[in-house]
Amino acid sequence: MTAPNLKIENLHVSIEGKEIIKGLSLEINGGEIHAVMGPNGTGKSTLASALMGHPKYVITEGSVTLDGENVLEMEVDERAKAGLFLAMQYPSEISGVTNADFLRSSINARREEGKEISLMKFIRKMDSKMELLDMDESFSQRYLNEGFSGGEKKRNEILQLLMLEPKIAILDEIDSGLDIDALKVVSKGVNDMRNPEFGGLIITHYQRLLNYITPDKVHVIMQGRIVKSGGPELAQRLEAEGYDWIKDELGIEDETVQAEQA
Amino acid sequence: MSVEMNDAKIAFDQSYVNNFSNQRNEPEWLKNLRLRGLELAESLPMPKPEKTKIDNWNFTNFQHEVKAAEIEKVDDLPDYILKLVGKEERTDNFIVQRNSTPAYLQLSQDLKDKGVIFTDIATAVREHSDLVEKYFMNRVVKVDEHRLMALHAALLNGGVFLYVPKNVEIDAPLQSVFWQEDAEASLFNHVLIIAEDNSSVTYVENYLSHGTEEESVANIVAEVYAGPNARVQFGAVDNFAKGMTTYVNRRGHVERDGKIEWALGQMNDGNTISDNTTNLVGDGSYADTKTVSIGRGDQKQNFVIRVNQWGKQSDAQLLAHAVMKDSASSIFNGIAKIEQGATKANSEQTERVLMLSEKARGDANPILLIDEDDVTAGHAASVGRMDPIQMFYLMSRGISKEEAERLVIHGFLAPVVNELPIEGVKKMLSEVIEGKVTK
Repeated sequence: MTAPNLKIENLHVSIEGKEIIKGLSLEINGGEIHAVMGPNGTGKSTLASALMGHPKYVITEGSVTLDGENVLEMEVDERAKAGLFLAMQYPSEISGVTNADFLRSSINARREEGKEISLMKFIRKMDSKMELLDMDESFSQRYLNEGFSGGEKKRNEILQLLMLEPKIAILDEIDSGLDIDALKVVSKGVNDMRNPEFGGLIITHYQRLLNYITPDKVHVIMQGRIVKSGGPELAQRLEAEGYDWIKDELGIEDETVQAEQA
Repeated sequence: MSVEMNDAKIAFDQSYVNNFSNQRNEPEWLKNLRLRGLELAESLPMPKPEKTKIDNWNFTNFQHEVKAAEIEKVDDLPDYILKLVGKEERTDNFIVQRNSTPAYLQLSQDLKDKGVIFTDIATAVREHSDLVEKYFMNRVVKVDEHRLMALHAALLNGGVFLYVPKNVEIDAPLQSVFWQEDAEASLFNHVLIIAEDNSSVTYVENYLSHGTEEESVANIVAEVYAGPNARVQFGAVDNFAKGMTTYVNRRGHVERDGKIEWALGQMNDGNTISDNTTNLVGDGSYADTKTVSIGRGDQKQNFVIRVNQWGKQSDAQLLAHAVMKDSASSIFNGIAKIEQGATKANSEQTERVLMLSEKARGDANPILLIDEDDVTAGHAASVGRMDPIQMFYLMSRGISKEEAERLVIHGFLAPVVNELPIEGVKKMLSEVIEGKVTK
């Protein structure tokens, strides 16, 4: 296994004809955790969804490659099989499909026919990951996200991350709506993944998640592009001083995507 | 004398019915009921399913009787029947009917000792004539409701009788398999279930015929009587081939504190009219109706799920989920009728239709008819397509589009599949769903 590489170059993304991401470039290698931060309405979640192939977003320009392969030509499931993972901000609820059945289908989708994961091995793995995330056993037999609280949904996203072991994971506001204990548990899960064969892109509004998951690089997004990059100290400064100093530095009056077009 | 059905005619007259009854050594009351049915069939109108035109459906082209052999040992049954009754963990008590011939029956000594009767309808009317007469098309359904009900009585050729005496609680399910081996064979099947006071029983039935387009007719009635504080769980999987036109009426009557719970997997490939009505007569009575169906090809179906409530504090729960594909068309009418005096009655209903094709049609109509003020009632209905965001979510984990659709459909139909009390039947329904949704 070699360290994975996700390369985003000059990415432009539109929704319903309106451009949200306007020339964004970013490169993530195995062993690295990147954080993309920014105020509301600057295109953070659009970036996450577009990379995974969300049906509402249209990529109008630029390229995304994973280990040299063109991600943008792949269907959503092919992106996942290539090693991409998105922990979603608002995961869907699927009635009648148990968490366990869903996860087994997901794992087996990556495997060749006849080489499916054995039931015992699957259960052992699921039990150990659920224990790591302080999840009650009953979660495996509950319907996928149905009736889950906000915090339970986030934990369930991280459970999927740990079970599927992707090459590159994008975590879209995985910290929103979590209390501090849940935040610690979720962070423990992500830190458990850290290794040279795994890269992470954490999209967040707040710095507090980064107290538990130390990023290697921090990027600030405004008006649909990355306007500043730095190390973990950048996140700390944002926490202490907010975003205004960056706006002043760059002469940005309104950081959102909307305002610039109006 | 002949009976006109739409424009075509049915070639069964009084002497045919007379002979048919005589050959089966039936008691006078049944012969008379048949003859009355035949007479009524001339004058009564066809049923009028709301929003479904049945003028050009086949109700006349069929072979009334196609003889089939009995089965000596259960292992002589074909594999797909054996699977239903459980290959390893076999259901203890089951009946297999082949075309309209009772072919195999198994009932445990324990249940016989407790006074439970479980037998084919022809035997039942001979051996338990008085008991059957008391209920047969007498308490729950009536011969003069419409032409198909009248014809049902006239041409009755199959069915089972299940009697559970007072205070007898049966844990293991009893099962019927109605196997239409020959495609042209008609089925006028009558299931009569009597659960006396404080008894409880689970009954599961399977209807199946084979995949030809040869035309035939099924006219099926199930009467379920739940006495005071009795509980009946009734599961069914209907799986007739394309050529079979089906009229199926499953009706319940529930006395004080009694319960009927229906779980119906309606998987016919041919045109179907289905009426599932429960009458909550006694105070504190309860009905729970769960149905799933799939429409495919160019089939047309009309489903009524209905609960009529007279009992105070009676409670009705109705749930219908359906998947529609190709150019199939289905109408779902969920009807809650609460009569004056049924104070503190409750009724909840949900109808959901998942459309997989632009050309399919699915209508969900919740109807509340309430003549009492002091009640609670709710309804929800939706007709929608596969949610693209759900699909995105599932596919983002590596699951293919086809597999994701399959998961969503299975999940959508799970509320009924999971209710079926026999593992073999549950599995079979899952397989049928699988076969239908993956072209």
